[in-house]
Amino acid sequence: MRNIWTIAKRELKQYFTSPVAYIVAFLILLILGIIFVLNMTALNSSPFGYQSAPDVRMVISPLAFLFLLATPALTMRLVAEEVRMGTMELMMTAPVRDHEFIIGKWLGAFLFILALVAVTLVYPFMLNQLITPGIDQMLMLSGYLGVILLAAVFLSIGVSFSAIFGNQIVAFFGTLVFLIIMWWLVGAPANILPSGGEIFSYIDLNSHFYNEFANGIISLGGLVYYLSLTLAGLIIGTTAVEMRRWK
Amino acid sequence: MIQVSDLTKTYGLRKAIDGLNFEARQGEILGFLGPNGAGKTTTMRILTGYMPPSSGAATIAGFDVVNDSIEVRKRVGYLPETVPLYTDMTVFDYLKFMADLRHLPQASSTVNETLEMVGLLDRADGFIGNLSKGMRQRVGLAQALLHRPEVLILDEPTIGLDPAQIIEVRNVIREVGRERTVLLSTHILPEAQQLCDRILIINKGKIVVEDTPDNLQARLSGAEHAHLKVGSGATGLAEKIAKIKGVKAVNQVEADSLEFDYEPGQDVRPEVARLVIQSNLDLLELRAINLSLEEIFLQLTREESGAAKKVE
Repeated sequence: MRNIWTIAKRELKQYFTSPVAYIVAFLILLILGIIFVLNMTALNSSPFGYQSAPDVRMVISPLAFLFLLATPALTMRLVAEEVRMGTMELMMTAPVRDHEFIIGKWLGAFLFILALVAVTLVYPFMLNQLITPGIDQMLMLSGYLGVILLAAVFLSIGVSFSAIFGNQIVAFFGTLVFLIIMWWLVGAPANILPSGGEIFSYIDLNSHFYNEFANGIISLGGLVYYLSLTLAGLIIGTTAVEMRRWK
Repeated sequence: MIQVSDLTKTYGLRKAIDGLNFEARQGEILGFLGPNGAGKTTTMRILTGYMPPSSGAATIAGFDVVNDSIEVRKRVGYLPETVPLYTDMTVFDYLKFMADLRHLPQASSTVNETLEMVGLLDRADGFIGNLSKGMRQRVGLAQALLHRPEVLILDEPTIGLDPAQIIEVRNVIREVGRERTVLLSTHILPEAQQLCDRILIINKGKIVVEDTPDNLQARLSGAEHAHLKVGSGATGLAEKIAKIKGVKAVNQVEADSLEFDYEPGQDVRPEVARLVIQSNLDLLELRAINLSLEEIFLQLTREESGAAKKVE
């Protein structure tokens, strides 16, 4: 446990001193801000254009998608950088277990994302001030929980790609392509197949988010799905580190 | 302290190390000597838990390097050949991080003490990326010494350093090697000769020889050598010297000088000197030749590859 925290702390510190992390955070917040402003303007100019009151989905829906694009850039270096600098040998001969190493890496990135998520709370806060009687608090909770769970999944998949390939560029594109497939393509057969399509929509990354968490439903199925995907990513990442020893 | 038995590591079809057997006792500096690609780094990586062996076993302080890897790693300080450092961290932060991973109590003061040992206290707040090669080497050494390990494994610790830095690093190693077991790899022979209590010569994954530096010299030469130079032509002298009891071989090098081998422990030099005087020749030079470790090393590794026969 202690080693996980030591590694996560170093990683988190690393994010706050690296330009990539700042650029990613800046872009996410900027795009989110633009979308927010555009939405508010549209709302103001045509009050009847909206069928329901604006809510937190205005923020979390684009946020989830932005995370999908941004997390590969945050995770690509996690293990690959150690491989490139040769510090992998240091980590693998320090009294640290392989899973502690991977979980520590993931946790560092996750804490950074949490900090980023915390900053985005400013939008629902503003929204809450602007409309009466305020936004749906429960919806906000479940929506944010969904975004955080999604981020956990994205990051663990990113860590495992970084550990498998040991190269930043390959890890970046590998993670991005894999996430895109899981987000858009896996669920597609559900709409085509006459029967038995449910399985595809179950393993599809976005259905649990858009159909459940973003609609105020904290479902056990969704929770289990995201947590087990995160776990799977961490296990694959750990296995990849172990495999490096046998090379 | 270190016990290695039948250790073998294969990469594909190539055997990087092939049935290694050796041990290192407590407080001993063991030199691991061999040409590049001999299997030194592979052996060290197995001992430090970086990779498992293909077969065979090794224990450090009684712990198996595969099954009790974490226990082994706690007791070993390792400086890999590449000196892995986080160049974007300061010296202090880097060492503090490693100290935290080792759960050291009072990590900060331990880091400072260690920095003092390697003479880097004044660079504690500098970024590793800005340090010279020699200083980085010392940071790596500090990392290996942080937890005052029972066993220190150093892979080519003086490679790429300038002569002054080499002396500094050697002094640190000698200092810490007093109460610790040190396994040191190098391909610089005088270094092994100066630092090590025992030398293990390895070539093509096999141990060629294992002995103390002094014994190695005596044992490997098999005989004592001497060089003789006389005033004028030494015709016929060689035959006379060859007849002296204990002389094994005589070799006329030039018209006025020759070299001869004799049994160790039977110093024939006084007799040779008398012979020269009695033959009415001027004795200009009579000295023992020490086969340097370089020559022994080349001889051994060459023999191993069968490229050349032992020179008589």
